[in-house]
Amino acid sequence: MSTLILTVRGLSAKIAGQQVVEDVSFDVPSTGVTALLGRNGVGKTSTIKGILGLIERRGEVTFYGDSDGDGDPGVRLDRQRTHRIVQRGIGYVPEDREVFSKLTVAENLRLAERDANPRREFVAELFPDLVARSGQLAGTLSGGQQQMLSLARALINTNRLLLVDEPTKGLAPIIVGEVADALEEAAKTVPVLLVEQNLQVVRRLAAGAIVIEGGRVVHTGDATELLDNDDMTRRFLGVHAEAGGQTPADSEATS
Amino acid sequence: MSTVILLLITGLGLGALYFLIASGLSLIYGLMGVLNFAHGSFLTLGAYIGWEVARVLGADNWAVFIASVLVGAVVGAAFAAATEFFLIRKLYERHIEQVLVTVGLALASVALFDGIWGTDPIYVTGPSWLGGTTEILGASIPNNRFILILAAVLVLLGIVAFLKYTRYGLIIRAGVENRSMVTALGIDVRRAFTVVFAIGGAAAGVGGVLASSYYGYVSSGIGGSLLIFAFIVTVIGGLGSLSGAAIAAALVAVLQQFANFYLGGTGDFVVVLLLAVVLLVRPSGLLGSKA
Ligand SMILES: Nc1ncnc2c1ncn2[C@@H]1O[C@H](COP(=O)(O)OP(=O)(O)OP(=O)(O)O)[C@@H](O)[C@H]1O
Ligand SMILES: [Mg+2]
Repeated sequence: MSTLILTVRGLSAKIAGQQVVEDVSFDVPSTGVTALLGRNGVGKTSTIKGILGLIERRGEVTFYGDSDGDGDPGVRLDRQRTHRIVQRGIGYVPEDREVFSKLTVAENLRLAERDANPRREFVAELFPDLVARSGQLAGTLSGGQQQMLSLARALINTNRLLLVDEPTKGLAPIIVGEVADALEEAAKTVPVLLVEQNLQVVRRLAAGAIVIEGGRVVHTGDATELLDNDDMTRRFLGVHAEAGGQTPADSEATS
Repeated sequence: MSTVILLLITGLGLGALYFLIASGLSLIYGLMGVLNFAHGSFLTLGAYIGWEVARVLGADNWAVFIASVLVGAVVGAAFAAATEFFLIRKLYERHIEQVLVTVGLALASVALFDGIWGTDPIYVTGPSWLGGTTEILGASIPNNRFILILAAVLVLLGIVAFLKYTRYGLIIRAGVENRSMVTALGIDVRRAFTVVFAIGGAAAGVGGVLASSYYGYVSSGIGGSLLIFAFIVTVIGGLGSLSGAAIAAALVAVLQQFANFYLGGTGDFVVVLLLAVVLLVRPSGLLGSKA
């Protein structure tokens, strides 16, 4: 059993009074990529936002990033405000990029720099295109370029955990490959919790997988095993949705 | 012709006054979503304290005048920062309560000013040049208009430079666009709230000292009556847009002056009409991003 970087116990979260995450529990190992999977609208993004305190949440979220020792008792994140959580070394790449469109590429990156020694060269090497466009307003970048900028914003700091939400959403296949390359490079030094719909990317990057349905965790295990099991991928991820129909997905029925 | 020049420059002077209030209103709303009804009180306090400075040090003196403007700025900034810290912050994200608390503060501070300085207007004098006029193309322009315009331009340039070249400026610009993403980058956006209030308060404090020079007196209602037009300017310019506020301030005040002169004192009515038209045709304002 490898060590853990984050444990989530009984996490519930609400948006506008509506329960979107319900009693979610899972672990994130301290190395490699862990995939957080599930159909649209099951609560993956809300889970990530709950961990970060971007939405109202309850439950225990414990982070073991403050020491390398085995006896790290961890720190509870669930009572802290977002900026404090992030300052502990958690990088966030939101769904839909959320770059600041009226700031330049360089300003977006400068804003994100938390460390005394930001990793500017590392980011420049990973995303040479961003260097060339440093004076361009982020709102005028293409979707793929915005995604690179959003990733670069997280990677410019030395993090202890990355939370990455659908980085390949809406991107052309070749760009999907580039994003996966960047993530693979990043994952060599930092554990990643990755929400991803593209199962090829999941297969390439992820070791473990957590599946959410109706705001609850319904499966955890090895990512490759899950993807190799047609029955499970169909049930959990609806890859062949038209062949399904027997999914126990009624979140309202299960209290 | 000389009348047109006079109305134009006087209008720009009044617009400068509107801008000194509207700039802070717009920044505060843009970043925090708070409509600050107490903003006029920052101006009024600046005006009273500026007058006190002149009274103690002697009014007919440029150094004293500049000192009173600077003291007005500091006092306005301090009052505004304290308002944010002790009242607004406690009500984080509760916009209705925030508005109510600023309305309450506006009412209470006017009563306090009346209690301290009396209910009668206090007539102010400044350096004698300020009370004089300058001939431009046949029009005799009161000199304080030039000082107002100069001050507003300096404040505008100062705020623009602050937003562009400082880290807080960067945080404020980003926060106006997407506040929660700023916190998700590990930044305590609430500190920027205090900074924005302080900047807005400083501009209003400067406006207070200059308003007393423009009107020739200080009274407890001086901020409140200007605040109404500053709100209109802010909405017409586009809530949260600084350049929008600058353009709208000049537009509204000049229009007001011309309507008052040529359309039988209907300036206020025309301004409200302009507001209605802008809200119908362009609800987000001249330079506002989204509704
Ligand atoms: N602002 C909001 N107001 C109301 N309901 C919301 C809001 N944001 C999300 N929800 C609801 O919360 C539930 C979970 O949403 P969430 O974004 O976490 O799902 P997701 O698993 O990330 O979906 P996707 O794969 O489409 O990104 C959905 O049913 C969604 O409709
Ligand atoms: Mg999502």
